[in-house]
Amino acid sequence: MRTIQAQQITEAVAKLAIDANYYLSEDVYNALVAGKTKEESPLGREIFDQIIKNADIARAEAKPMCQDTGLAVIFVELGQDAKIEGGSLEAAINAGVAKGYTDGYLRKSAVAEPLFNRKNTGNNTPAIIHVESVPGDQIKIVLAPKGAGSENKSALKMLIPADGVAGVKKFVVETIENAGSNPCPPIVVGVGIGGTMEKAAYLAKKALIRPLAKRNEHPDYAKLEGELLELINKTGIGPQGLGGRITALAVNIEWYPTHIASLPVAVNINCHATRHAEVVL
Amino acid sequence: MAEQIRITTPLTDETVKNLKAGDSVLITGVIYAARDAAHKRMVEALDRGEDLPVDFTGQMVYYVGPSPAKPGEPIGSAGPTTSGRMDAYAPRILDKGLKGMIGKGYRSDAVVESMKKNGVVYLVATGGAAALISKTIKAYEVVAYGDLGPEAIARMEVVDFPAIVAIDSEGRNFYHEGQKIYRQK
Repeated sequence: MRTIQAQQITEAVAKLAIDANYYLSEDVYNALVAGKTKEESPLGREIFDQIIKNADIARAEAKPMCQDTGLAVIFVELGQDAKIEGGSLEAAINAGVAKGYTDGYLRKSAVAEPLFNRKNTGNNTPAIIHVESVPGDQIKIVLAPKGAGSENKSALKMLIPADGVAGVKKFVVETIENAGSNPCPPIVVGVGIGGTMEKAAYLAKKALIRPLAKRNEHPDYAKLEGELLELINKTGIGPQGLGGRITALAVNIEWYPTHIASLPVAVNINCHATRHAEVVL
Repeated sequence: MAEQIRITTPLTDETVKNLKAGDSVLITGVIYAARDAAHKRMVEALDRGEDLPVDFTGQMVYYVGPSPAKPGEPIGSAGPTTSGRMDAYAPRILDKGLKGMIGKGYRSDAVVESMKKNGVVYLVATGGAAALISKTIKAYEVVAYGDLGPEAIARMEVVDFPAIVAIDSEGRNFYHEGQKIYRQK
């Protein structure tokens, strides 16, 4: 059993919150640069230029690339031989989010209650925390700030097995067309297929943190990723919805076994700044 | 890239009329920040028969909720937020003389009708380009509803703020026109 101090987790999460919001990861940056060369719309290329320049400014001047610094979505891989001392994992993570969002001049966008009294919690907590137990004695933490512009256009549908591949394609493309300009295209599309309702949504979110150049290891799903990207880029939505060839930079699919009668499909849309940062303790 | 058109605020009727869907624009002058909660409160004030806290005649409103300013800077990162969330309130504000709206994303038919009636232009800034855009904002001062934090109404001085005309005062919609060119079906 290896001991990890809760305070160490707090410090690490605080740094991740800042890093994820200031520094666009290389795979996303490269996808933007490549996207610009493929864009045919002059206005679309100008928008690509602005987006790339924006990432450069954010990095050089250490400031948030987007004013919507999101809810902090946290994926934890908790080694079963790691013991946390000095507080709970959840409390340590939330303390880190509060510290990072305050120290980093990040916008606090969390309200304490969704319907009757939408009062800002003042420190961007609580975070959305997903924990998976894994072998080993390390803790891997990924923090992905999720803005509402793109999150609000995401969708989930319980298809039936007979809907098949064609049904999945139709639902994904419909979701993107319905989203249009709002999620700040060129977007990254996370798709979760299988499991149950909540598992599919979780997979779609998790798909967004996979490197954009990496295809699904299963050849059929890798092929579907390519086909969906092509279909989405035929919509003409383009950068910021003002028309163009490049509506999405990538489609990442994650899948899971499911019930004989089920075919859940979740589509989680991310803006061009698909932000995330990770640490292994 | 077509030539960029420089405009200054407050907007005259002629300036608004000359802006056409698809035009690329650089804005200089004063613009006002206001988003969801501020709009809700303004419409509630109008419902009570009160005046708006700011005279918007000829002015432009930017839908933005900036991140906190670092010490020594006027504003944090400040990209546009989704305009559609203001659709329920916008026609009431346009009736009070507002001449321009800046945000991102589509608008409702009711907003477009009100824009045509009142001679108003809707521009979009690049969503997410918040660090880039904040460099064009030289001053930021909260003028009403300070308790709303990043949702307060603020007066901003901008120089060469970049935006694109998405819907012009005649109701021409560049989202429709631009997407149609590249749609492959």
